[in-house]
Amino acid sequence: MSSSPTYAYYPGCSGQGTSLEYETSSRAVCEALGVVLHDIPDWSCCGSTPAHTVDHVLSAALSARNLAQAETLTGVEGIATPCPSCLTNLKTAGRRMLDPQFKERVNSLLDTPVKQPLPAKSVLQVLFEDVGPAALKERVVKPLAGLKVAPYYGCILNRPPEVMEFDDCENPIAMDRLLEALGAEVVPFPLKVECCGASFGMPRKDMVMRLSGKLLDVAEDNGAMAMATACPLCQMNLDLRQSQINATSGKQHNMPVFYYTQLIGLALGLDKRLLGLNKLCVNPKAALQAAEQATAGAA
Amino acid sequence: MHTINLTESFDGDFVRKIECESEQNVSLCYQCGNCTAGCPYTFAYDIPVSQVMRLLQAGQKRTLLSCKSLWLCATCESCTTRCPNNIDVARIMDVLRHEARRQGYGSERSVKVFWDTFLDSVKRHGRVFEMGLAVEYIARTGRFWTDLELGPAMLSKGKLAFKPHSIQGQAEVEKIFERFQQQKEQCA
Ligand code: SF4
Ligand code: SF4
Repeated sequence: MSSSPTYAYYPGCSGQGTSLEYETSSRAVCEALGVVLHDIPDWSCCGSTPAHTVDHVLSAALSARNLAQAETLTGVEGIATPCPSCLTNLKTAGRRMLDPQFKERVNSLLDTPVKQPLPAKSVLQVLFEDVGPAALKERVVKPLAGLKVAPYYGCILNRPPEVMEFDDCENPIAMDRLLEALGAEVVPFPLKVECCGASFGMPRKDMVMRLSGKLLDVAEDNGAMAMATACPLCQMNLDLRQSQINATSGKQHNMPVFYYTQLIGLALGLDKRLLGLNKLCVNPKAALQAAEQATAGAA
Repeated sequence: MHTINLTESFDGDFVRKIECESEQNVSLCYQCGNCTAGCPYTFAYDIPVSQVMRLLQAGQKRTLLSCKSLWLCATCESCTTRCPNNIDVARIMDVLRHEARRQGYGSERSVKVFWDTFLDSVKRHGRVFEMGLAVEYIARTGRFWTDLELGPAMLSKGKLAFKPHSIQGQAEVEKIFERFQQQKEQCA
């Protein structure tokens, strides 16, 4: 490689709170694998779901302030973000602003207009394309052999395909390949792109109980010892709310739900403090130990 | 099976406005039902998404703007991805709720209040302040906090910031909302 892949980095609001461990592990993994991230200066909220339910120009403008801030950075090839919801908003804004009229309406809401929206990618896409499973595999010091993982992508990381422009929209495989490169065993998971209940946790908890409950059921039925996610909202619904799901359904799931970046970090032997495994509500220790024992027994 | 009840006369202006804002041609829908089959929220909708499409073709404004489904759609993009006629169905759902808001509808109050509270937090701080959002949402809905038992877990994990992460450009963000209020509708 001639020079390191370099991106303007958009952390997203949840990275400052409920998904701290996604934020720190994403940064740590990128650094270890030679992906350079420059924070977008003074970034603001992308508006998430609530903004696009009000208006598409408003939603695009909230994202576009960040596109404009990113234009102040030099030497970056695009924007990278760990959060699928932020990614959708950044990409949708950029795409709709190809229409000069729409762009003008958006820019008229901003102090600093956007010149030419930078392309946005998920950190997952960056790791998959700029680093790749083969190079990742070479860097593994502590293989995750014996760990059976269900890869869960969530509903909007790959959909709709015309906007997201990455991987398959019904059966994405990027995370599968990265997890396999770590030595983990990826179990079949037919609900890869099904919705977890999204942001209805507070206003309509029953939705999350039902949809995330189904995800946990199917992961378990397919022999998963853990799930891997790429989305702060999915992770929160599956992990933090797993006790509520059990209480509602009478099931007894005890399924650790990792951010895929935590698993990469583990296999690369990165500083545990940056991986934040202690922030997970469902303790992953037993699953990690069981995996180790399974491989020790096999060896 | 749920049957569609056409009670209103056809409102052509409404159909044209939704088509203009969503940049979609609603007459392309041939009612295959693919969108409904893949919609994870069909179990909770009062009108399934393919019937929303049919009612839209039939210009049934009041029925549509007052339906609960608009507020329960999570924009999961399943319908848009799977429509054989490449209709961006999720965008139509979004545009329908924009219009519902403008006309004063909000049939799932808890959802609407949650979204409004979220945006007020963004306006006030430039970034969303999760703890403040939760507290404000409970205050506005007057509901007992059904997530009370999650509090200790979140606290012990150090995941709740007690202070907002305000940014330098907060005023810029606030101005986005203010200028938006002044902006004329594109497809009025
Ligand atoms: S999938 Fe498309 S064509 Fe089929 S019912 Fe839904 S909107 Fe109509
Ligand atoms: S975008 Fe909305 S209507 Fe379409 S499938 Fe998802 S939840 Fe259902």
